Amino acid sequence: MSDALAFRDVTCVRGGRMLFEGLSFVVAAGGAALVSGPNGVGKSSLIRVAAGLLRPAAGEVSGSPVRALMAEAAALDPGLRLADALRFWAALDAEPDGRGRIKQALGAVGLTHVAEVPVRLLSTGQRRHAALARVVASKAPVWLLDEPANGLDVASVAVLERLIAAHRAGGGAVLVATHTPIALPGAVEIVL
Amino acid sequence: MSAVLTLIARDVRIGWASGGIVNALAFFLLVTILFPFAVGPETALLARIGGGVIWAAALLAALMPVERLVGPDMESGVLDQLAVRGVSMPTVAAAKIVAHWLGFGPPLMLAAVIAAGLLGLDARTLGSVELGLLIGTPGLAALAVATSALVTGLRGAGSVAGLVMLPLVVPLLIFGAGSLDGGMGAVKLLGAVSLLLLAGAPFVAGAAMRAGME
Repeated sequence: MSDALAFRDVTCVRGGRMLFEGLSFVVAAGGAALVSGPNGVGKSSLIRVAAGLLRPAAGEVSGSPVRALMAEAAALDPGLRLADALRFWAALDAEPDGRGRIKQALGAVGLTHVAEVPVRLLSTGQRRHAALARVVASKAPVWLLDEPANGLDVASVAVLERLIAAHRAGGGAVLVATHTPIALPGAVEIVL
Repeated sequence: MSAVLTLIARDVRIGWASGGIVNALAFFLLVTILFPFAVGPETALLARIGGGVIWAAALLAALMPVERLVGPDMESGVLDQLAVRGVSMPTVAAAKIVAHWLGFGPPLMLAAVIAAGLLGLDARTLGSVELGLLIGTPGLAALAVATSALVTGLRGAGSVAGLVMLPLVVPLLIFGAGSLDGGMGAVKLLGAVSLLLLAGAPFVAGAAMRAGME
């Protein structure tokens, strides 16, 4: 069985500064990797390399080509109602049936009651939930989560952990970069 | 293909919802209205320079929405999410060009009819202006998107956009205004310039957006 996500001797250089060098790790299907380290050490860059947004200076990234990214920016049109904003992204996913997936994902993150509210009126935490809902709705086998617990209260972090556990139970893999502790049983620890 | 249509529909909607197009058209009409105040209300003079005035005003109006074509999508992470879904940046740029033209070209051609009335242009000149705008505005839209992608993230992007874009529209202006004298040669050259911009802009804009992600 092939790995869901694999880094081989990956080196990342940004603005002439070496962030990490010769990094190798493997996340199998159903597995998880937890990237930790102080601010500015390159956690977000690692996620962006995994997402294919940053080209590594050396080494290669392989694995399942379909990945879902949750980054700091929400990337939801502020003028649209939440369900419509998510539907735009669902229409671009490889999976069919955007409507059903959105409804299910909004329920999973507990946002069903604001589905018809414009994105600009949502709170910071609700926007984070919405970004998570987009990841859930994408049905991508690999989730890349950059600081997913930022702006979430304690109960929401528990929801996040439960969603990640369900994703892994279904054979999905997850790469999480965070400075706040998140329960990821059996995760590969990557300390930058 | 359906991804491209989804992107075009989104950009057209945002273009109208943000009011950018209405502002650009109002600006276009204002410039054409200001000219008679500057050069005097003499009918014969206005009829002679009117076509050129419309072209210059159209180019200035095209500058107005440039800052918002790519920048907001870059900042809000929309381009990142598109890239993760495997949509190539030149495809995104091409969709933006089509959407920008749909929102900007036909309304501008309608506004040009009003401007022609205000400047007292005859029907033949108006016909030449409309034909020129039909051929030239796609190139103008392409240039606007490419410029927007290039200046995104710079401080004072709006003013830099003017400095980048206006020298590059000179060929469109020369052949567009040149076609008013009835020369088919100028129309053909206008088409050539417009096609060149349309063909090159998606790749320039795509590379700029890609570089902006790094």
